[in-house]
Amino acid sequence: MTSVYLAVVFALFMRSMQFGSYDNMIENSVKLSTGHIQIHKNGYWNDKSINNTFANDESIMKKINSIEEVTTTVPRLESFALASSGNFTKGTLVIGINPSLENKLNELADKIISGEYLSENDGSAVVAEKLAEYLHVTVGDTIILLGQGYHGITAAGAYHIKGILKMPVPEMNKQLVYLSLPETQYLYATGDMVTSYSIILSSNDYLDDSIEKLKSFLDEKEYEVMPWQTMNREMVQAIEGDNAGGIIMLAILYLIIGFGIFGTVMMMTIERKKEFAVLVAIGMQRSKLAWIVFLESLIISSISVIIGIILSIPLLYYLHLNPIPLSGDLAKTLEQFGVEAILPFSIDSYFFFEQAAIVFVLSVLAALYPIFVINKFTVIKSLRD
Amino acid sequence: MSIIKVENLVKIYNSGAVPVTAVDGINVEFEKGEFTSIVGPSGCGKTTFLNMLGGLDEPSKGRIVIDSIDISKLKSKQLIDFRLHNIGFVFQAFNLIPVLTVKENIEFIMQLQGISAEEREKRVDVLLEQVGLLDRKNDRPNKLSGGQQQRVAVARALAAKPKFILADEPTANLDSKSTENLLDIMLKLNKTEETTFIFATHDNRVMKKARRLLVLEDGKIIKDEK
Repeated sequence: MTSVYLAVVFALFMRSMQFGSYDNMIENSVKLSTGHIQIHKNGYWNDKSINNTFANDESIMKKINSIEEVTTTVPRLESFALASSGNFTKGTLVIGINPSLENKLNELADKIISGEYLSENDGSAVVAEKLAEYLHVTVGDTIILLGQGYHGITAAGAYHIKGILKMPVPEMNKQLVYLSLPETQYLYATGDMVTSYSIILSSNDYLDDSIEKLKSFLDEKEYEVMPWQTMNREMVQAIEGDNAGGIIMLAILYLIIGFGIFGTVMMMTIERKKEFAVLVAIGMQRSKLAWIVFLESLIISSISVIIGIILSIPLLYYLHLNPIPLSGDLAKTLEQFGVEAILPFSIDSYFFFEQAAIVFVLSVLAALYPIFVINKFTVIKSLRD
Repeated sequence: MSIIKVENLVKIYNSGAVPVTAVDGINVEFEKGEFTSIVGPSGCGKTTFLNMLGGLDEPSKGRIVIDSIDISKLKSKQLIDFRLHNIGFVFQAFNLIPVLTVKENIEFIMQLQGISAEEREKRVDVLLEQVGLLDRKNDRPNKLSGGQQQRVAVARALAAKPKFILADEPTANLDSKSTENLLDIMLKLNKTEETTFIFATHDNRVMKKARRLLVLEDGKIIKDEK
């Protein structure tokens, strides 16, 4: 019994950690950059030019927000510019945002480490921490943004730095400048144009369904609707690679668990061989005895699996609420993938059932051993033992 | 009238380098209501003979006919069923099921026979009364002494109302008082219920109480005293 419930606890712990990491990667990526779904002008993803923009249409926004699974839609205007201060210049990604909607989406205001967050129609800029360090600027200073605007117009502007923010993803922390959407539209002379609508869903599970709904009213010739997986191919590949490794690890764990359970069942069978021999000697059919022992194993396995789940829930729930912070090389590697260096745990009910079912099946397979023994053992020899 | 007829029974073990003949051409009959001891030195073939009588071991040659049925021709499943309805066993090491109570140990065999709960309950009480353990009905075997456990084993063997009971060294693990007590109970059952008992034993106390002695040597009956 102990071997089975410990097996469930180990398997759940491992899978929870793995799925928790993926959820964290997806959540980071989705909230901080792409959203679950993005709508662009058709062709924008392959040619991210400021000319591939579309009109910020209130009626489309309303339709998008009317989809039940959509929690937030944020319009963005993104382009590149050179940021300069004194003798320092660096290429940056300028993102024009609706400050309140964006904050609702990814809690940007909480990431401000000095100064203040943007307000609606703000004429100031918020600069990422490492970029500010590179440019040797701080709150109250001015940076110059210089780039190419709509249809070749020169985009240039001087912006008062209202706040410095620290992004959890190092790449973003080195190159981001946030402006309010109207100010960005003015800088790039796009008028009321945006490069994307980023859509957040209540759950990633509704992704395909929501894309279908969006496509039902958006002109495919005019707009492209993209899931986060298409926009984050590297992360998807990283997850797939890690998952494959995880499955191998899990297979090894199952092998160990399987042998553990089998060893326990084997010991139990050997210990009870004399008892089985007595029962057969006094007149119990081997098939009946085998069935009873099999049922007994099933009941013990079921109870053990339930105990394993009950024991795992508080532990995994605690770790779900309090992820383990990572440090060292592992943390650096994760940050390179744009993932926060924490070890979060998932409490998705799906894998609870999956792991419990796998361990249960292993127990059932192990329970075939006593059936084999009962059908083969010699009564006389076992009575003598 | 004989209930067991053994004809030219031979058992040869081929497991070692040299074949060993454990039982060598035994011919014997047992009557209903006998109280018989099979005696002889260690390795003379007592237990092998008893195991073949109980259908637990297969003869190499010969046949055992019980109530006109040649059990050496029965298939495994038929043999188990035959044992259930016709033969009771008392083992040297008691062999009670440790997780079952005294009552459940006795009742179990009747459950296999498909006897109703009410009838089982009555018979358990009667048997426990006969072996003097009615007050220990709900105890587990580990709470009982060796003698008491063997009395439960006798009650279990009687539960199925068998044609005969085979007991292999039933007193080997008992002190003299428990042996005396057990033998008295078995003799009483033999008289009142006409239960046939066949023992394999070394124990002089058992031999003294037996009404028939079969002496075995080198797998052969060398003496049959009634």
